[in-house]
Amino acid sequence: MIQLEHITKTFDHVEHGEHHEHHVLKDVSFTVEDGDTFGIIGESGAGKSTLVRCINLLEKPTSGKVIINGTDVTNYSGKQLVQLRRGIGMVFQNFNLFAQRSVLQNVTYPLEVAGEAKDAREARARKLLSMVGLSDKEKLYPSQLSGGQQQRVAIARALSTAPSIMLCDEATSALDTMTTNTILNLLKRINKELGVTIVFITHSLAVANSICNRIAVIDDGKIVEQGKTHDVFAHPQAKVTRELLDMEGKALA
Amino acid sequence: MEYLQAFFNQYGTLLAQGTWATIVMTFVSTALAYVIGIPLGVLVVVTNPDGLHPHRIFNTVLGWIVNIGRSIPFIILLVALIPFTRWIVGTSLGVPGAIVPLVVSAAPFVARMVEQSLQEVNGGLIEAAQSFGSSTWQIVYKVYLKESLPSLIRGGAITFITIFGYSAMAGTVGGGGLGDIAIRYGYQRYQNDVMFATIIILIILVQIVQSVGTHWARRIDKRNR
Ligand SMILES: Nc1ncnc2c1ncn2[C@@H]1O[C@H](COP(=O)(O)OP(=O)(O)OP(=O)(O)O)[C@@H](O)[C@H]1O
Ligand SMILES: [Mg+2]
Repeated sequence: MIQLEHITKTFDHVEHGEHHEHHVLKDVSFTVEDGDTFGIIGESGAGKSTLVRCINLLEKPTSGKVIINGTDVTNYSGKQLVQLRRGIGMVFQNFNLFAQRSVLQNVTYPLEVAGEAKDAREARARKLLSMVGLSDKEKLYPSQLSGGQQQRVAIARALSTAPSIMLCDEATSALDTMTTNTILNLLKRINKELGVTIVFITHSLAVANSICNRIAVIDDGKIVEQGKTHDVFAHPQAKVTRELLDMEGKALA
Repeated sequence: MEYLQAFFNQYGTLLAQGTWATIVMTFVSTALAYVIGIPLGVLVVVTNPDGLHPHRIFNTVLGWIVNIGRSIPFIILLVALIPFTRWIVGTSLGVPGAIVPLVVSAAPFVARMVEQSLQEVNGGLIEAAQSFGSSTWQIVYKVYLKESLPSLIRGGAITFITIFGYSAMAGTVGGGGLGDIAIRYGYQRYQNDVMFATIIILIILVQIVQSVGTHWARRIDKRNR
C-alpha cells in the first residue's frame, strides 16, 4: 500500500538575480491499495513525474509523508533507501536501458547491485525474459531492439528484484498504438498474476481507461479528482477532466 | 638508398632509443595522469549542482584547481616544476625528470576529458540506476564509467597524443626521447636529416595511436550496430 499525505514539492530557482519558488506539488494526498492499477493523469507540466518520483524518493518532498506498506519512509537515506527502492520497480518513457549492457545484463542489473550471485541473477533474468517473450534476445544490445521490445526488457528489469510495487512514468508514450496495447496487456498480466501494484502515469485517457482500476487527475500540482476509473470517466467533476475527455472523446468511443 | 643505409648505420640506434624513451615516457605519464584524472573528473561530476552528491564549494574549488592546472602553458610548468621534480624523482633530467611535469600538466586535462565523457551519459540512466537501489559508487563504475567507456577511450587517444607532443617539449630541458634528439641534433648541430627522421617517427606513432583508439572505441561501443 502506498499512502501519500499532504505532499508538497517546491523547486527553488534564481532567474535574473531574483529568487523564485516554483510550487510543483500542492498538498497532494492519495492512497494506492495493494493490487491496484492506479493511474495518475494530467496535462504536460501538471507535476505527474515529480509526484511519482516522490514515491521512491528520487525526489524528496518539501513537506508531507510517504508511507509504504505502513512505514513512513519520507526520511529514509543510505541503506534503508536502497532497500526500499529494491521493493519498487520503475519503468520510464524512454526505457532508459543501459546501452553498453546486453539485454540479459540489463535485466540482471538490479540484482547485481544487490549483490546476488551471477548464476542466481541470470536464472531469474531468463525467467523474466521468457515471461515478456524475449528469451531469444538475451545476447542482443538495446540498440538492436524495437521500442516495444526495449520497453519489455525494461519491464523485466524492473521486476528482477520481485518488487511489490511498479511505477510506470509514461511507459507507453513513446510507442505506437499496437505496441502500446502489447505493453498494457503485459502490465495487466503482471498485475493479475504476480499481484504487483502498479502506479501508471499517463496523459492519455484511453491508456488510463485500458489499464487503471482507479485514477487521480492532477492539475497544476493539485489532485482535482480521484476515484474508480469508470466513475471518473462517466461523471467527470473537474474542468480538466472534462477537457481531457473532450479532446480524447474519439479515442475512447 | 646508400644514403639511407649510412644514415641508419649512424643514427639508427640513437633514434630507436629515443623512440623507445618517448613511448615509455608517454605511456607512463598517460597512465599516471589517468590515475589522478579519473577520480578528479568523477568528483567534479558527482559534486556538480545536479550530480549525485551536489556540493557547491567543493565543486567550485575543484573546478578552479583543474582550470589553473590547465591554464599554465606546459613549457612554463616544465621549468617552474624543476625543484618539485628533483624532490620527487631526484633529477629533473631524462625520462624520469620528464614524467613528473607531464603528469602534473596532463592530470587536469584528463580530469576535464573524463568529466566531459561522463556528462554525455544520459541522465535517465543515472535515474534508472538510482531507482533500482544502486549506491553512488555502483553508479559511478557500473553506469557512468561503463556507459562512457567508448568516449573515455577516444579521450585516452587524444590525451596520449597530447602528452606525446608535450614530451617532445620536455626534450628542450633535457627530458630525453625524440624531442631531446631533435633539439640536440637538429637545432644545435643543424642536422636536418635527424630532425626530419624524428618528425616522421612522431607522425607515424600519432597515426597508430589515433587509429588504435578509434577502432577500439568503435569495437566496444554497443550503440551502433
Ligand atoms: N528538478 C526540477 N527543477 C525545477 N523545476 C522542475 C524540476 N523538475 C520538474 N520541474 C518543474 O515541475 C513542473 C512539473 O514537472 P513534471 O515533470 O512533474 O510534469 P509532468 O506532469 O510529468 O509533465 P510531462 O507530461 O510533460 O512529463 C514543470 O513545470 C517542471 O518545469
Ligand atoms: Mg513527466
